[in-house]
Amino acid sequence: MSDATQESASAPVHTRVVAPAPHIAAALTCPQIMLWVIAALLPAALWAVWNMGTPAIITFVASIGSCVLTEFAWNAMMKRKQTIGDLSAIVTGMLLAMSVPPRTPWWICMVGGIVAIGLAKMLFGGLGFNLFNPALVGRAVVMMSWLGVMSEVKPYAGGWFNALSVPASGKLDAINGATRLAIATADRAAQGGYGFDLAKQFGPLLFKNLEGSLGEVSAGLLILGGLVLIVRGIIDWRIPVGYIGSVALLSWAFGSDPIFNVLAGGVLLGAFFMATDYVTSPITKNGRLVFGIGCGVFNIVTRFFGPMPETTTFAILFMNGLAPLIDRMFMPKPFGHIKPAKAVKANA
Amino acid sequence: MRIRPFAGGTHPPDRKEGTAGRAVRPGPVPDRIVLPMSQHLGAPCTPLVAKGDRVARGQVVGDVEALISAPVHSPVSGEVTDVGPVLTPGGVRAMAVTIAPDAEQDLTTWVPIQAPRDDVRATVRAAGIVGLGGAAFPTAVKLSPPKQFTIDTVVINGCECEPYLTCDHRVMLERAADVIAGVGLIAAAVGAKAVFIGVEDNKPDAIAALRAATNGAEVEVVALKTHYPQGAEKQLIWAVTGRAVPRGQLPAAIGVLVHNVGTAVAVLEAVELRKPLMERVMTIAGAVGDPSNFLALIGTPIETLVEAAGGLLPDAGRVIAGGPMTGAALASLDVPVVKGTSGVVALTENESAPVVDGDQACIRCGRCVEACPMNLHPFAIASHADRRMWNGVERFNALDCIECGCCSYVCPTRRPLVQLIKVGKAALMAKGVK
Ligand code: SF4
Ligand code: SF4
Repeated sequence: MSDATQESASAPVHTRVVAPAPHIAAALTCPQIMLWVIAALLPAALWAVWNMGTPAIITFVASIGSCVLTEFAWNAMMKRKQTIGDLSAIVTGMLLAMSVPPRTPWWICMVGGIVAIGLAKMLFGGLGFNLFNPALVGRAVVMMSWLGVMSEVKPYAGGWFNALSVPASGKLDAINGATRLAIATADRAAQGGYGFDLAKQFGPLLFKNLEGSLGEVSAGLLILGGLVLIVRGIIDWRIPVGYIGSVALLSWAFGSDPIFNVLAGGVLLGAFFMATDYVTSPITKNGRLVFGIGCGVFNIVTRFFGPMPETTTFAILFMNGLAPLIDRMFMPKPFGHIKPAKAVKANA
Repeated sequence: MRIRPFAGGTHPPDRKEGTAGRAVRPGPVPDRIVLPMSQHLGAPCTPLVAKGDRVARGQVVGDVEALISAPVHSPVSGEVTDVGPVLTPGGVRAMAVTIAPDAEQDLTTWVPIQAPRDDVRATVRAAGIVGLGGAAFPTAVKLSPPKQFTIDTVVINGCECEPYLTCDHRVMLERAADVIAGVGLIAAAVGAKAVFIGVEDNKPDAIAALRAATNGAEVEVVALKTHYPQGAEKQLIWAVTGRAVPRGQLPAAIGVLVHNVGTAVAVLEAVELRKPLMERVMTIAGAVGDPSNFLALIGTPIETLVEAAGGLLPDAGRVIAGGPMTGAALASLDVPVVKGTSGVVALTENESAPVVDGDQACIRCGRCVEACPMNLHPFAIASHADRRMWNGVERFNALDCIECGCCSYVCPTRRPLVQLIKVGKAALMAKGVK
């Protein structure tokens, strides 16, 4: 037998790169996914900027800038690997900007970004560990903290706005939003019906609606972006379909107009871009459907029977909290744990 | 095409065009044959020769008295130059017999197998045949299933679902009649009535060749969807027979035996020609000058075969023994071809998955869940394993994982899922969890 020492004295054995299997990887990477989301939001965002000008730009810059800077600073302080390259902070910043009114003071946007990234994301351990959607936490916190300031934010009153009937409640502010939705909700609460024709609002809501948040300027462009994400396999159709489907169905059941209720307010931005956030939604397919339906039900019930018309934020945050439980309900049975005849169905 | 797809799976580009059309040619006789004593699952062999001994082609150089094992034969006539540990393709050092082949080789003859002619099991054992699909489980053991099981079905695996590899494809094409005959021997040995050959539908020529060769034999050639891991035992059985292997059990429990096409040919040669397993068909593909399919002598240094296939191209990075989904990256090319080496694939830096540090976050995108053919939650097993939470690893059924690599392949953050899951499985097995 040869002795081992003699052999190890010769040339090094390890001459090539080694790494664990699999040695090839699918093309799609995390930053590419985020780029798709950004690209899908872009038409709606640019259309908002085109129509609203500087205030919209300031809101975007302040929100995105503070999100990215907060993540950068957190990583630097904690001496962690820099993660801004995954682009998720940009997505959060865009969503935050699109969920507030365009004339929101820049410093409120910045606080929103710091809360979104610092409190809702990095404190939990960064991307992948947060329980609640960062952008929505940021929005909820600034809306609640500066109720007074936000109610002073002058709403954009575009050309369509004047065509509306006088709101029943008479109270106009940017939180309740001097929006069609707010007026409709107030009408409904006061008179049990509507003082204007909901169906006449579809056009403006789809293409140009300036009195809500930045993300409400064009429902049409949001739908377009959402469809692109579904077709590209970036998001699972189950969440938006469950969400929008249940909003439409319940509005109809409660005697309102289903299309109006889908188009008005934050439902579309929420259903396509916020509820579909991977990290804070269920990972199982059935779970995602249940999650989407839950968001829709919560959203519409609180819209009709709660104090505020705009409840998308809270609907999604509430369901975020339930996501882990929903996943537990749909734990898969491994292949071979059940009878073959059943396995087909369970695996389908 | 049979439509009974398994759940999950993925579709890596198959990259077989480089070698699928290349007929099998004899590999070179190297200046050194290195025969590890453990080329199979089970007990390693004990060397039966010493330095300086003369050996003949077909002579047994290592064997052991153990149920799960397979003897090792010399594929050349020559002189034993060393008996000692060498580096193997698996990356571990193992006892091996090194032989310097004679300058004159007669590869048409060999020392015939010593075993009763009509005893297929004993013949297969004596021939040292193991599963040639890569797992290298001793075939004779598979032919002796536990008494309580009745085998009614034999499924021959011709899927070759790993990218790049085309050795099984070539065997089916060039030796279709031998495959059919070998399958017949296996089926007869275990008393199975139904025989299927499952082939992915990206090999229509192989399917046609096999169908033409059935010649009235009771063999059904089943065209299966091209989808990774179609060739994984449980997924193949499901696709062909509609039976699911119960967790923790052997396919024999549901009356099925699976063998690779190359194994079927080896069984035929052992029975008909008394020929031991001394060579195998293997693919050298990827970033090499002349991608080829070789009938390689077992023990040939991979370096020699890569040279025969035109050598590595300048941009070659990782070199893998086996396919890129489950194979092992070679630390050195100075390792021998063993019975389970179905191919060697050289990947360029660009084609390779990035080398990661394990710090990749899970963004809960669900792609691994969708891709897992065992219907597991790979992300959850991996995260628990990462934090040494073995109860969680067990609760998420880590032991059902077949290590196919689909989860890691699809993960957009490149989290090393299979690697973490393997760590978790090892920990569970160490604790004796079944
Ligand atoms: S968990 Fe195991 S069986 Fe599932 S995809 Fe990953 S490696 Fe394959
Ligand atoms: S594919 Fe990767 S990122 Fe997606 S859920 Fe699985 S582990 Fe997480």
